[in-house]
Amino acid sequence: MGNPFRGADVISILDFNRGDLELLFEYADRAQKRLGTKLDVLKGRVVALAFFEPSTRTRFSFEVAAKRLGADVISVSGEEAISVAKGENLADTIRMLDAYGDLIVIRHKHEGAAKLAAEIAEDPVVNGGDGWQHHPTQAMIDLYAVLKLFGTVDGLRYALLGDLKYGRAIVSFLYGLTRFKPGAVYLVSPEPLRPRREVLMKLEELGFRYEFAASLDSVIEEVDVLYVSRVQKERFPDPAEYERLKGSYVVNLKTLSRARPGLKVLHPLPRVDEIALEVDATPHAAYFYQASLGVPVRMALLSLISGAEI
Amino acid sequence: MRSGTSTVARIRSGVVIDHIPAGRALEVLRALGITGKEGYRTVVLMNVESRKLGRKDVIKIEGRFLDPRESTLVALAAPTATINVIEDFEVRSKVRVSAPDVVEGLLKCPNPTCITNKEREPVKPRHRRVSSEPLEYRCEYCGTLIRLR
Ligand SMILES: [Zn+2]
Repeated sequence: MGNPFRGADVISILDFNRGDLELLFEYADRAQKRLGTKLDVLKGRVVALAFFEPSTRTRFSFEVAAKRLGADVISVSGEEAISVAKGENLADTIRMLDAYGDLIVIRHKHEGAAKLAAEIAEDPVVNGGDGWQHHPTQAMIDLYAVLKLFGTVDGLRYALLGDLKYGRAIVSFLYGLTRFKPGAVYLVSPEPLRPRREVLMKLEELGFRYEFAASLDSVIEEVDVLYVSRVQKERFPDPAEYERLKGSYVVNLKTLSRARPGLKVLHPLPRVDEIALEVDATPHAAYFYQASLGVPVRMALLSLISGAEI
Repeated sequence: MRSGTSTVARIRSGVVIDHIPAGRALEVLRALGITGKEGYRTVVLMNVESRKLGRKDVIKIEGRFLDPRESTLVALAAPTATINVIEDFEVRSKVRVSAPDVVEGLLKCPNPTCITNKEREPVKPRHRRVSSEPLEYRCEYCGTLIRLR
């Protein structure tokens, strides 16, 4: 059995099947056991981080993961990225990083930027988020979190709440679920923030079953996993409609009062006000635990792409 | 004088694009970049009777032929079209156009933040056909769908 990640680009979670993801999760288990020690499996390798869009969590998480594996890290971010954005084009920056590095992680505000980078670079390219399209490594972390919390991804009942139109993390998680056999998937969002037509077409191609739910209240009693993402004001053409709807998409103690005792709430973070702080202290809150899995999952991915054992 | 199209129908040498869905002839001309200023003797028939389509449009261009790229453009604008090549008043070949599975550099992605719409990047838009009826393509970079008809 080969390693399907070796030398591969990671553009969309749909590039991988269930077996691939299970292999990744095995490696993540091993990485987690060895978090206390600095490994040297990527010694002498250079991981290049190209973050053209502001990010703290994802960039730090990749940087720590790479360093834990013993790799050196170079990065284009912050002011450099802005100057690059003004002058040099993306293609030329990628060519430079391709020459210096062994693996490139890119985040960019334009959809398709990671795919273009992968076409230009010889090195494997990992998509750290492209516009509103894909965020495959977040989906890997989220699926792994479900696996760790419940012992399985299959058979559970999921509610996905928030911006399913422009939220790349929540849509990537939805795509990731298509590789498993969920018991039920409810898509809960205001009408204008339902998934784009091409996303629904893809789900149909895959024969994936889901249901729209008008409100969280109508499904909260039966779900095991509540995946929350932010509903951004800017996404609404009509501010009045935003004001009218935003209350329906906030998770607080009242919302959760009818939830199953075992319900877990996930969120890709950072959150703003879509999960009330009062939820943090409940056994439902799993988003900080989920975030803590970012480094081991990315360690697993980086080592698999590099063909290194951990 | 015979009635109808015959006065303008016969061209010595050139191309007849037939079976264009009614009302789409001007889109076909636009796709081909034909404005009339090029000087070709051109006949455009719109909404004429057709056994196959009920109504159809027809374009006849004297002294002009289509290369494969242009035939693809016709297919994208008018998926039912046939292209007849005329020499010495006779039909030399008749080809039903077909929309290709993948088109490169011919369709513009409607998503303004798609990487293919970013200036100064060495990238051509590339689209894959996802449906024939209606004719629909998906951007290979951002996934956005374009319905052509
Ligand atoms: Zn596009």
